[in-house]
Amino acid sequence: MVVCVGVSLVTFAILQASGDPVALMMPEAPESDRAVLRQALGLHEPLLVQFGRFFGRAVTGNFGNSFFHRAPAFGLVMERMPTTLILTVLAMGLALLIALPVGIYSAVRRGQAVDQVATGTVFLGQSMPPFWTGIMLILLFAVQWRLLPVSGWESWASVVLPTLTLGTFTAPLLLRIVRSSMLEVINLDYVRTARAKGVSEWLVICRHALKNAALPLVTVTGLQFGLLLGGAIITETVFAIPGVGRLIVTAIRQLDFPVVQAGVFMLAMVVVSLNFVVDLLYVYLDPRIRLR
Amino acid sequence: MAVGSLPTATLAYAEAAPAARSRAWRKLARNPAAILGTLILLVVVGTALAAPWIAPHDPAKQSLLRRFTPPVWTAGGNPAYPLGTDQVGRDVLSRMIHGARISLLVGVLAMVVSVLVGVTLGLVSGFVGGRMDTVLMTVVDVTWSFPQLLLALAFVAALGPSLVTIILVLGFTGWERYARVVRAEVLALREKDFVEAARAMGMGSLRILAFHILPNTFSSIVVLSTLQVAQAILAEAALSFLGVGSGRTYPTWGQMIALGRDFVSVAWWLATFPGLAILVTVLAINLVGDRLRDALDPRV
Repeated sequence: MVVCVGVSLVTFAILQASGDPVALMMPEAPESDRAVLRQALGLHEPLLVQFGRFFGRAVTGNFGNSFFHRAPAFGLVMERMPTTLILTVLAMGLALLIALPVGIYSAVRRGQAVDQVATGTVFLGQSMPPFWTGIMLILLFAVQWRLLPVSGWESWASVVLPTLTLGTFTAPLLLRIVRSSMLEVINLDYVRTARAKGVSEWLVICRHALKNAALPLVTVTGLQFGLLLGGAIITETVFAIPGVGRLIVTAIRQLDFPVVQAGVFMLAMVVVSLNFVVDLLYVYLDPRIRLR
Repeated sequence: MAVGSLPTATLAYAEAAPAARSRAWRKLARNPAAILGTLILLVVVGTALAAPWIAPHDPAKQSLLRRFTPPVWTAGGNPAYPLGTDQVGRDVLSRMIHGARISLLVGVLAMVVSVLVGVTLGLVSGFVGGRMDTVLMTVVDVTWSFPQLLLALAFVAALGPSLVTIILVLGFTGWERYARVVRAEVLALREKDFVEAARAMGMGSLRILAFHILPNTFSSIVVLSTLQVAQAILAEAALSFLGVGSGRTYPTWGQMIALGRDFVSVAWWLATFPGLAILVTVLAINLVGDRLRDALDPRV
């Protein structure tokens, strides 16, 4: 709830920071007309009152009409939300698919060739701007080899490159966390006990070590979603995908603030609710934590 | 730090810190990755500082006659334009050299803003405690849950793109980490013997904070800030790429890549080289930062 108010406060501040919204809405109108509109929109009232009203509307999904599309901003955002969510979920899935096995393997074989290659790749991956990765993928797969489409979101083939871009953006950090949280538990007493009992190596890793390494992994995966959504904005722009990110970027260029506010608010809400789910997962994963 | 075991605690702190620090530096100086990273950084910083003198051409000079000249080693390349030219015939290499200035400037200054805000709030939050602490940590939590890029994007758009806006926005969206880490360290340090000794000697809270607690948080701040420069460079590039960067006055790496996106099927070099420049610079900073952490933080 506190976070919810905070998020709307920040979103509200965006419009305030832009200066006079009425000047944006009717750039050529005389001052007297502007004053009328300001009165009608309640912009003459104290900021606190305005914020109260903004918050009341925001929680019911009312952000006003888009200056540009002449349609409710909330609807425009929600229309595109599934695309963005599909992209992020696919990317997260790909990232986990890479990070889990490689991370576990390099923790088990710490210091060996695989581990060193993996650690090096993590470094490289974390230093690569995601939009550049995307363009390089386009260059190779779409321009050079003509295997996949350059942009769009219509066919399964067009989903491949954006997912790869966003997935490889997220995988390095996840891999790093998997590796370090596995390293932390792999030499603990209960893992050694399991080994001593004659439990197979595979079972030791999955049942005993991984289960206990899961907690930090879940935390970071949750936190990563914020970063991932930021990456999604970039990926959507690179590949011209009709998602919320691209909508926000376009709206920013058009100074279409209701859409910017609605988009930012809804994306932040996605992150906040995901973090809430992560908190709930804790209780399930770690019996030591119980709701007070 | 083995402070409590020595007789005069304040004295012990003063002596122990330089010893530990020089040990860390020696460890760092022997690390090949750290040396490589430092060398690359020196080259990038040198290039940025000397940009007007070493750039072969004026980065803004256009010529439609030589537009889309490919890099020198490919067919049709021109030795005067080693990395080719763009759609209006500007030299890619010269633009990259000038772009290094913006990237480094934004990266370093955004970090400075974040450090100033984050460290101050972290010190206050940890040292004062109570309601102040609760309020500040709530603010940290809220900012934390916001995707940084989204926030930066929205505010740069609202305030209008300019170099100062970018630096301030990136600075004000990256301070939470410092606040968190410094607060945690202050909470631990507050109870240490040498702080109590300082208080017993009649020092005021401000002096204790400035001379006894702050220096002990330096190593975490150094590590965090190095890594933040790398992130700020990436964030600036992303913002320029999205078209809300520092304006059109200077060439930036992100802008150049955005341009390359538009001509991806005719001129592969436009996006490739500025991206490589970002990659190499950020990689070098990350290498140094990571080894710095290993050297300064004995726990890891």
